[in-house]
Amino acid sequence: MRDEQKGWKDIPIAGVCWKPATEYHTGDWRTFKPVRDQAKCTKCLLCPMICPDTAIKWNKATEDIEFDYNFCKGCGICAHECPVDAIKMVREGA
Amino acid sequence: MVATISWKFTAREIAEKPELFTSGHRACAGCGPAIALRQIMKATRGPTIVTNATGCMEVVSTIYPYTAWKVPWIHTAFENAAANASGIEAALKAMKRKRRLKQEKVDVIAFAGDGGTFDIGIQALSGAAERGHDFLYVLYDNEAYMNTGIQRSGGTPHGASTTTSPGGTDIPGKTQMKKPIADIMVAHEIPYVATASIAYWQDLLIKARKGLEAEGPAFLHVFAPCPRGWRYDTSKTIELARLAVETCIFPLWEAIDSEYSLSPQSKIMTLKPERRKDVREYLKMQRRFGHLFKPKFEHVLTDIQKIIDKRWNKLLKKCSMT
Repeated sequence: MRDEQKGWKDIPIAGVCWKPATEYHTGDWRTFKPVRDQAKCTKCLLCPMICPDTAIKWNKATEDIEFDYNFCKGCGICAHECPVDAIKMVREGA
Repeated sequence: MVATISWKFTAREIAEKPELFTSGHRACAGCGPAIALRQIMKATRGPTIVTNATGCMEVVSTIYPYTAWKVPWIHTAFENAAANASGIEAALKAMKRKRRLKQEKVDVIAFAGDGGTFDIGIQALSGAAERGHDFLYVLYDNEAYMNTGIQRSGGTPHGASTTTSPGGTDIPGKTQMKKPIADIMVAHEIPYVATASIAYWQDLLIKARKGLEAEGPAFLHVFAPCPRGWRYDTSKTIELARLAVETCIFPLWEAIDSEYSLSPQSKIMTLKPERRKDVREYLKMQRRFGHLFKPKFEHVLTDIQKIIDKRWNKLLKKCSMT
């Protein structure tokens, strides 16, 4: 990690950020993990719209919803708002 | 003037649109403003430059060396998001005049929190509105300075407990009212002013797009609950954003060329008053209002209801709904 860090001479002028945040995985903050019931899900696309972390994505190729557990912080908004109760919050590691 | 709407936002279309505000930002779990930013960035129509006042969203989205933005993004101090947006817009105009701009049209969005708008940034915002720069100013309102540790701001509602207006045995939280910022912006006679809530994403997207298409300054007041500062369970963010509209504590409306009109979500409260919910239902869910439910502060609850009714009736008059 140390040699990856830049010294003050190498930092871009005005401290411009150069790494995409998608390299930083926020998924390990999570206590509860959302698990979707495939049979119940109607693919209404509400959860991808209201996820604060873009952790629920619409896969165009498979025409299905995908959870990205690398970024899900486990807030539970998707489970709380799901109109058909297809998402359950399960304790991580249980 | 605001252009006639020739687009429609369907869930499918929006879900397939690339994310301009990506994951990996370090907002708290269940962050309301992060949802607001995501949704608004989905409403952009082409090349966009974003400027962000200091605040929660600036801090969490660009922790050096990481950035969650896929658009040109500029951080500014607390007070000058609008001044910065004015400068960007003026520069774009000059570049276009000198034929150095390849793009036909570049949109400018300024994001600021309630501290950076109600209190610190209002001078720059008022100036930019007066000079008539073509940009969209988005205020994500989480009703206090959350990023520095929940200090009260001009946007904190009456009775809310914050670290600088603590609700105790003698003081019932903040004793002052919330500043009607959107009405102040309408008074500037700018082409577009609207209020929106993250619970109604379609309404929010349409309003954001209208604001971008308006020729001249546009102001969008977005209600975005904060689980840390309001002290509620992280999963209730959207529910609270919806309850705020259903209790009329935060009505949704837009003003095109200073002509007020209620949005459907709020209009239903006048057409079917039985759908309107008791404000206690909204207050009870948040621990920042917890002290108000002691018998001693019963009068504050009635005061809050009175303020809401007064503002709601005033709004109905402006929308010629009475």
